[in-house]
Amino acid sequence: MSTTSKTTFSRRAFMRTSTLAGGGMLIGFNLFQSCKPKVAPPIDLSQLNYNDFNAFIKIASNGAVTIFSPNPEIGQGVKTSMPMIIAEELDVAWKNVHVAQGVLDTKNYVRQVAGGSQSIRFGWDALRQTGATAKQMLINAAATRWGVDASECTASEGVISNAAGETLGYGDVVNEAATLEVPENVKLKEPKDYKIIGKDAGNVDITKIATGKPLFGLDYKAEGMVYACVARPTAFGQKLVSYDDTEAKNMPGVIDIITIGEKARVHLNGDNQNWSVRLSDSDKVVVIAETTWQAMQAKKALKVVWEDNNPESTAQHDQELMSILDGNNFNTLRSDGNVKKAFAEADTVLERTYESPFLPHNCLEPMNFFADVTDDKINLVGPVQTPAAAAETVADMLGRNVEDIHLEMTRMGGGFGRRLYGDFVYEAAEISNAIRKPVKMVSSREDDMNTGVYRPAIKYRIKAAIKDGELTGYHLKEAAINDNMYGLIPNFFPAGAIENYQVDVASYDSNITTGAWRAPYTNFLAYAEQSFFDELAEVMEVDKIQLRMDLLEKVKGTDDERIQYDPERMQNCIKMAVEKSGWGKKPEGVYQGFVNYYCHNTHVAQVADVEIENGNAVVKKITCIVDCGIVVNPLGAINQIEGGILDGIGHSMYGDFKFENGVPVANNFDRYRLIRMREAPEIETHLIQNELSPTGLGEPTLPPIGGAIANAFKAATGNRLYQQPFSKTPELLKVPEKEILG
Amino acid sequence: MPTYQLKVNGESKTVDVASDTPVLWVLRDHLDLVGTKYGCGIGQCGTCTIHVDGNPLRSCSTTLEQVEGKAITTIEGLSKDGSHPVQEAWKEVDVPQCGYCQAGQIMTASAFLENNNNPTEEEIKNAMHGNICRCASYTRIRKAVAIAAEKMS
Repeated sequence: MSTTSKTTFSRRAFMRTSTLAGGGMLIGFNLFQSCKPKVAPPIDLSQLNYNDFNAFIKIASNGAVTIFSPNPEIGQGVKTSMPMIIAEELDVAWKNVHVAQGVLDTKNYVRQVAGGSQSIRFGWDALRQTGATAKQMLINAAATRWGVDASECTASEGVISNAAGETLGYGDVVNEAATLEVPENVKLKEPKDYKIIGKDAGNVDITKIATGKPLFGLDYKAEGMVYACVARPTAFGQKLVSYDDTEAKNMPGVIDIITIGEKARVHLNGDNQNWSVRLSDSDKVVVIAETTWQAMQAKKALKVVWEDNNPESTAQHDQELMSILDGNNFNTLRSDGNVKKAFAEADTVLERTYESPFLPHNCLEPMNFFADVTDDKINLVGPVQTPAAAAETVADMLGRNVEDIHLEMTRMGGGFGRRLYGDFVYEAAEISNAIRKPVKMVSSREDDMNTGVYRPAIKYRIKAAIKDGELTGYHLKEAAINDNMYGLIPNFFPAGAIENYQVDVASYDSNITTGAWRAPYTNFLAYAEQSFFDELAEVMEVDKIQLRMDLLEKVKGTDDERIQYDPERMQNCIKMAVEKSGWGKKPEGVYQGFVNYYCHNTHVAQVADVEIENGNAVVKKITCIVDCGIVVNPLGAINQIEGGILDGIGHSMYGDFKFENGVPVANNFDRYRLIRMREAPEIETHLIQNELSPTGLGEPTLPPIGGAIANAFKAATGNRLYQQPFSKTPELLKVPEKEILG
Repeated sequence: MPTYQLKVNGESKTVDVASDTPVLWVLRDHLDLVGTKYGCGIGQCGTCTIHVDGNPLRSCSTTLEQVEGKAITTIEGLSKDGSHPVQEAWKEVDVPQCGYCQAGQIMTASAFLENNNNPTEEEIKNAMHGNICRCASYTRIRKAVAIAAEKMS
C-alpha cells in the first residue's frame, strides 16, 4: 500500500543499459513484475536485445530524453501518465521529455495489456525504480569524473551538482553512465518532493489529434496495401453454406474474393489462449479491393447462404435467465454464516430482481488491422489491447515462429474491452496469408456492431433478511449469458459486513459471443446492489448514508484477506460526498441519489442531482469523490472519471441491444442510442488526497453511476427502476400526473 | 471512371473514382487525408465532419457532385499549424481521451463559431449534439467550445 514499499526486483533481470551508437544511453527495463522474460537476459551488454525488455528510456548525449511508453493507449491516458512517473524519478523537466509509443515485438512477455485499470497500478514500482536507478547511474558517472563521492552530488531537472557548486548535464555524462554497473537499492523520492507527479500534464498526442495526423489503425497505410471486408455470419450460430460472387467480383476495384476461417477454427479448437473468446466457427467470405469503399460495396453485393443453427432471441434469454434465478442450480462463490437460517428467522425479507441487456462496445474506430504475411516475416499493425496474445495466436494459426512476427500498436479509437480479443488480427493475418499481399481488414459500423463481442445480458436477484431492525442476511444470485462474475468480485462490499452472506452464480450457454465490457460484471452489479441498498434503507426505516457507514464499520479490522476494499477509505469517500454534494440540503425541486462502490482497486462515492423538466426526471449534476491513491496526472484523471460517469449514464439510460432470430436488432447509431452532448450533466469531481500507491481510473467510476441516477429518479418520481436501460420504461421517468396537478 | 476536380484545403485535386464514392473515402483513400474519420457511414456520429464553403457537412454521406467546385476544408486544412482558436482551446482544455472523434468535433465547433461567436451554453450543447464522443468527453468539449468562442470574439 505504501509508496515507499520495497520491491523485490532483481536489478540484473529487471534493467540493463547500453551505450548507443552515436552517443547516449539506452535503458531497457521490464515494466511489470509479472512480465519477466521467459529467457534470462544476456549478461554481456553487447548482446542487449531490444526484445528482452518491454520499456525503454533513451538519454542522448545532448541531454534529450525519450521515453518509450510500452502499453497500448486506448484513451485511458497511459501514454502520458506512465512516462510521467519515470520522468519524476529520473528528475528531468517534463517539458523536455519526448514520449514515443514503444514499437515492440512482444514475443517474450505477458500482460502487456490495456485492461482492468491495471497499467498504473502494476507499473508504479517498476517505473519509479527505473527512473531512480538511471538517475543514480548518471550521478555516479559525474561523481567519478569529479573524483568525489556520489553521496555529495545531487541531481535535479537533468543537471547534476556537487558540493563545490560544479554542474554537469545528464548528456555530459551519459556515455560513461551507460558503462557503469546498475546500482541496487536506489532511494525513491518522498511524495512531498514530487515535481511532475500530481501536476496536470496534457495528453502527449494532443497536437496530433487536434490537427488530424495519422495516429489510428484505420489511418495506417503501407506500400501496395489492399483493403478487405469480411462477410461474417449474419446471425450468431450460423455457418456458411455457399455464396455467389458473380456480381461482386465484377465490381470496380475488386481484386479477389476468398473464404477464410479454417486456420482460425483449427486454432480455436486448440489450447485456450489468454483473452481468447468463443468466435464463430463458420467460414467467412472476404472481398479484397483497391479501396475501402470498393471493398465495402462489393461485400454488400455478395449473395451468401448461411445455415441457421438454433437462432436465439432476447425473449428466450429473458425466460432462460429468469428460470435460472427461480431454480436451485448455482455455484456458490462465497458463503458466510448461514443465509438459509437468517431468512427463516427474519422479521422482514426484501427481494428484488434487476435486469440488463447485452451491450456492444461501439468503439468509434471500428475493428480493423493491417497484416503483411511473407515467407520471411509477418508484420502486424493496428489497435489491439492484447498484442502479445494476438501475436502468439497468429503464429500458432499460421504455423509460424512467433519470432517471425513484428507487431506495432497504433493509438486506438476506443477499446472498452473489445480490443482485448484479437479476432480482427487473426482475420487480417489469415487474409494476408492467403493472398500474400499487405492488407488492411476494415469492419464497417454494421459489421462492428453486429458481429461483436458483447457485454452479456445478466439478471441479479438480491434478497435481504431483516431481524429486530438489523440486516442479518444477504443473498445475491447472478444469472448471466455464457460466463459469470470472477475474481474478487464476490468479496466486494457488502461482503464482510453481514454475518450471513452468500453469492451464487449460474449461466446460460448461448452461441452469442460475449466478453469483457468496461468494468466487467460490476458495470451492472453496482447499479443493482446500490439500488437495493437504497430500497433496503427505506424498508428498514434507517438513513441511507448511515446504513452504509454502519455496514462499513463492521468490516474494519477484518482478517479476511479476500476483502480488498478498505472500509475507512470508503467511509472517507462517503463523508466527502455528503459534504460536497450538499446531501439533504438541496432546495425544493432537486432530488438526490447516493451510491458508494469499490472496484478495480479504487474507492468511489457519487451523488446524482435530478430535476423535473416538463414532467420528466432529468439528471442535472453528478458529484463524484474518488480515492485512487496518489493521482499521477490530475488533468488526465478527471478526464477518465468524467468519461466513466457519462459512459455509465449513457448505457444505463439508453444502451439496449436485443436479438431476434440470432440477429441484433440494431446495427448502427440510428437504432442504437449513445449518450450525446445534451444528455451529459455537469460533473463535479473531488479527489481524496493521500500518499497511497496509485490505482487505475479507466473503469471505477462507471459501475455505480447507474445506481446514483436510479436512486435519484426514485426520489423524484417515486418509481424504482429494476431494468436497464431506463429509457425502456419512459413512464417510470415521469412524475405521476396527480403530483403535477396537485 | 469519372474525373472530378476538387478544391481541398486550398489545393486543386483531380480524382478518378466511381460517382457513388462518398467524399469521406475520397479524402482518406485517394487524397491521403486521413484526419477525417469513419465512424458510422450514415451521418449519425459526426466524426467525418468537414467544411464545404464553410458549412459543416458529413463527408460519409456527401457525394462528389455535391462538392465539385466548392471549397472543401478538412481538419488538416483548418489551420496551417494547429493554431485555429478551436484547436488551441482543445489543447488548453486537454479534451481528448481516445481522440478518434475529435477532428469531427473540432470541425463542427469551428463552423458553428464562425456564425455565432458569442453562444450561450444551450446553443453550444445544441450545436455539438450531433457529434458522438464514445469516451464521453462532453464536459470538456463544452468548455473548449466556450473558450474558443472567447478567442474568436
